[in-house]
Amino acid sequence: MNESNQATISTGNNAIATAAKDAKVQVVAAYPITPQTEVVEQIANFCESGALDAKYIPVESEHSAMAACIGASIMGARAFTATSSHGLLYMNEMINWAAGARLPVVMANINRALGPGWNTWAEHTDSLQTRDTGWLQVYVSTVQEAYDTTLMAFRIAEDKQVYLPVMINLDGFALSHITQSLTTESDEKIQAFIPPFQLDHAIDVTDPHGYGTLTSSDQYVHIRYDIERSMRASCAVIEETEREFAKAFGRTYSWTDEYLCDDAEVLIIAMGTLGKEAEVAVDILRKEGIKVGSMRLRWFRPFPDLSDRLIGRELVVIDRDYSFGCGGIIAGTIRAKTGLESYNIIAGLGGQEVTYLDIASFVKERKIGKEVWFGVDETKAGYEISRSDV
Amino acid sequence: MYEIRLHSRGGQGGVTAAKLIALAAFRDGKHATAAPFYGAERRGAPVVSFIRIDDNPIKIYSQIKKPDLIIVLDPSIMELVDVFDGLKEDGTVLINSQKPFDLAQHEAHYVDLTGIALKVGLVVAGTPILNTPVIGALAKIGLFSRDSARSAIEEMFTDPKNTEAAMLAFDEVHQ
Repeated sequence: MNESNQATISTGNNAIATAAKDAKVQVVAAYPITPQTEVVEQIANFCESGALDAKYIPVESEHSAMAACIGASIMGARAFTATSSHGLLYMNEMINWAAGARLPVVMANINRALGPGWNTWAEHTDSLQTRDTGWLQVYVSTVQEAYDTTLMAFRIAEDKQVYLPVMINLDGFALSHITQSLTTESDEKIQAFIPPFQLDHAIDVTDPHGYGTLTSSDQYVHIRYDIERSMRASCAVIEETEREFAKAFGRTYSWTDEYLCDDAEVLIIAMGTLGKEAEVAVDILRKEGIKVGSMRLRWFRPFPDLSDRLIGRELVVIDRDYSFGCGGIIAGTIRAKTGLESYNIIAGLGGQEVTYLDIASFVKERKIGKEVWFGVDETKAGYEISRSDV
Repeated sequence: MYEIRLHSRGGQGGVTAAKLIALAAFRDGKHATAAPFYGAERRGAPVVSFIRIDDNPIKIYSQIKKPDLIIVLDPSIMELVDVFDGLKEDGTVLINSQKPFDLAQHEAHYVDLTGIALKVGLVVAGTPILNTPVIGALAKIGLFSRDSARSAIEEMFTDPKNTEAAMLAFDEVHQ
């Protein structure tokens, strides 16, 4: 029982687990995977100690984890899970089902590269591969933001205008395993912010009916369009939730986390921890007279309307992800939504070390319309990896 | 910004030591980030943790290249890796050792953390635990206050041997 707010230190993973506890989730079904393991271990500890009164279901796979969350959610329970990388993609079929069935499941995904090569470090390609499923997606950059955003995720998902699942994404190891300060909030204030909810279409054995059973093509089109309508409606719900969160807890969040953007001629756009480190690059470049700002994207689905903020500026987009045969996924999305070209840097794949000095050099070397893979130089001998050697 | 690199072996408590440093700095009113570098960790393998302390929120997540302070929990690692790599010219060193180290330009401190852990019986599965004693030694060289060191340890551990070992280490740091 938290009677007042508490300032302590926490890892990113522990912040997620603590937020799930403080949100009084009723069902958690999860399967451990590096670098998410600490989240589910900690939730299991909370259930064991009685700190959290929830049904913890240790399932045999991520597919079953999401299936169990769907079952719990469709009965009206507040359901939560966490996963990463291969685990996320293994549950992909059920991820689509959770959104299609309009269930407010909340999940943390600890962003990790996809194998092979076998690599447990940070990359965003895992969650971005699920961007078309109907889940809301948000990317965080600090331990406090991980805790706060998880609390907000329940309120947004459970809003009747939304009724869609929410995925909170944090960088594997770079955020999941680091320790920073964390203020946790009192039960009373959290209960007021995310009170128990009623799912309108919960299954009721005394009044048997269900949503999304065998459906004609004509009806199916409406069911799918309804997801998009709710995605659009979620924009106002996200804004209202972030406003109410600021009122209740004093910490402010928005679609983007902007640093010195107002007079910027160049914008660095990134997600996760790289988006926070970019602010240090901005400080360095500003001293050299380059009018640059950092715009860290928080919400990727729904993708915010950034046209007014982006038009008229040079964009340096850092993608910690890639869509083979197309390009960086953030840069591609910005092009699709605004028609704007960017200097697209593919950096940080598989946990590749990218420092604020590297980010500053991206800005200095920018060539709008070009794509560059950081650390790869085709003009240098030996850049190619022989498939027989690795 | 004050940057620290901590060298230890898997199982010696280096990751927990990094968290304790962050907590003690936080109790001193500072911002801190502790980031263990994860490779293929296993018991006995050399591991590195990075800690940043500052008056302002810390926005840097990349590794520390030029530390202000290097902590070596296990001096035998010095035969395997160049633990002083990148140390700033006016940087400081703290080594778990029974005898002094002469490091020319650098301020070098030493303290017998292993001896202290054995003396107070801070041993888990046959391994002396060094993560709480080192916090006392770091308070002595001014990284944070003695009170913050004590409260950080008491927040994370219930066994009073941890505080006892840290306070012994505080008294036994030599330069």
